[in-house]
Amino acid sequence: MARRKILLVTTDQQRFDTLGCNGGTLARTPVVDGLAGAGIRYERAHPQSVVCMPSRSTILTGQHPTTHGVWMNGVPLPEDAPSVAALLHDAGYRTALVGKAHFEPFLDPFGRFPENTMGSATTPAGGVHRGFEHLEFATHSGIGPLHYARWLAAEHPEAIGGFYPVLDPSLQVNAAGGGDTGAPQVTVNPIERGIYHTDWVADRTIDWLDGLSADDDWFCWMSFPDPHHPWDPPESEVGRIDWHDVPLPDGYPESAAERERILDAKPRHWRRWYDGTLVSNYEAPAEWVPATLTADQVREVTARNAVECELIDEALGRVLGRIAERGWGDDLDVVFTTDHGELGGDFGLLFKGPYHVDGLMRLPLIWRPAPSAATAPAVVGRPVGLVDLAPTFCAIAGLDPAGWMQGHPLPTDEADASDRGFDRVLTEWDSELFGVEVHVRTVTRDGWVCTAYLPGTCHDGTEGELYDLVDDPLQQHNRWDDPAVRSHRDDLLADLWDSQPPARAERIEVEAPV
Amino acid sequence: MTAARGSVRHQITVRRPPDEVWALVGDPTRLAEWFPGIVSVAVDGDERVITTGTGIPMPERILTVDPLLRRFQYRITAPVFREHLGTIDVLALDDGTSLVVYSTDADPSVMALLIGGGTAGALRRLRELMEGGA
Repeated sequence: MARRKILLVTTDQQRFDTLGCNGGTLARTPVVDGLAGAGIRYERAHPQSVVCMPSRSTILTGQHPTTHGVWMNGVPLPEDAPSVAALLHDAGYRTALVGKAHFEPFLDPFGRFPENTMGSATTPAGGVHRGFEHLEFATHSGIGPLHYARWLAAEHPEAIGGFYPVLDPSLQVNAAGGGDTGAPQVTVNPIERGIYHTDWVADRTIDWLDGLSADDDWFCWMSFPDPHHPWDPPESEVGRIDWHDVPLPDGYPESAAERERILDAKPRHWRRWYDGTLVSNYEAPAEWVPATLTADQVREVTARNAVECELIDEALGRVLGRIAERGWGDDLDVVFTTDHGELGGDFGLLFKGPYHVDGLMRLPLIWRPAPSAATAPAVVGRPVGLVDLAPTFCAIAGLDPAGWMQGHPLPTDEADASDRGFDRVLTEWDSELFGVEVHVRTVTRDGWVCTAYLPGTCHDGTEGELYDLVDDPLQQHNRWDDPAVRSHRDDLLADLWDSQPPARAERIEVEAPV
Repeated sequence: MTAARGSVRHQITVRRPPDEVWALVGDPTRLAEWFPGIVSVAVDGDERVITTGTGIPMPERILTVDPLLRRFQYRITAPVFREHLGTIDVLALDDGTSLVVYSTDADPSVMALLIGGGTAGALRRLRELMEGGA
């Protein structure tokens, strides 16, 4: 009897509220909405890190960053790290990763990392890399050593220059503005839609699937680079959404005074970044000052982001269509999620950093179990994490989750979540960049988010954030010092520290900025 | 805002006498032997050109080769750097072994992380080579 096939679809830096099924009203996402309607939609899925490399390493290993060791961007995941793909491959599954991997640093002038040196082949040396027998990589731009960039250079060199240059000449994340409003990381990209990386990822996935036998069992991680900045979707598609008509996000206070009042109630690195007096991490443009962000820039970024989400949805629809044509539809499990969120104008901020709020932590997560499994559609409100994906894939494949996995197979409904103790989800942040260090630990449970700051260059270890997600869904009222909830805060903190995962024995060094 | 200049420092202990370590580290022609990702080295006087694993040629100027201090310093002169200084010190420890310190200072600061990431791997490889030959 054939085993269930697994399609893991990830995007990069996608907010929860960008999907119609999650209440989004801007991007049209009928394909993902359909999966949600037929499957399980998670309302409180969090990443274990809000930046790419640690979070993607969690998806692959089923471990928290503290344990797998990728504690910030630029820290490479060891090649011998545990991998759910390897587990599935060893169990007879055909395995592929198409799109953005990012377990190893992108910026690699010495060519030391395999992801940057396999661009001329799709089968890794030795036959398998991290459990994947087929790898085709893409990222956010049209230049570099990865497969998409090499293909573009060979087939469509005229298109390369249309992408926004992600980095500036100093190799910092580019602050240059574009579009109609001068928003950072926005440009008009004249590239033909069919050769943009979103459709390329879908095309290459279909090509790999077409090479499989009908009776193959397979696990494919289809990993779209969008809607991560830069916001440079094909020009032909930008007109889908007129940014002038885009409402401002609920989390964006239009009044500067209001933004500053909210930020001042949070630990000091928030306001310092907003004012341009602190750059704590590499992932946002160092030369960009958030206080300069205008309402129209937020609208334009939101519109372009939504266009990118629509293109992903349509690309996914093509892949699902091909899978149905191959006759695999009834035995196909689809998991759709992202690695972390995007501030998206919340608090007057864009991009990401050590800010554990819903913009970055609340993720879209949909699991459409194989129709042959006859799982009833459900909505799960209890907290789950990306750390739960690897054991879920094991369960789908009929394998026991490996002992090194720290999560549990995702619950199939709220009662299942309750019975199996899905009470909390943990998120962590560590960064050390040119003399600035920030260390953050967060627990989300019982409708609250509790964040503790460990001593660093910005914090003395007494600071924190505490939000009631029911009464304060935008996390604009920090109750860390509110005596009325002091005992609840202390209970959450005790739970946070009691629940910390074991640390990797030896720290892995930062080898690049990203 | 971030400072333009970035500093990265890595160090490693090598269980070999410092003069042995220096014999390798202090020879500018032998860099490719112990620096992963550098595939070739050409030295002409105080000019050195290294070629990386991605095919990037990087011109350098050798500044200091001091066998008494066991200090090697060089500057990458590629245009992407406004400034660079690489410093490798081989220090004698009390037990007769060595501490090797590899410092990278660069403007733009991000370049210090990029080069510094390579130097961390280089130190690990250096130790493997030196101790493997013990």
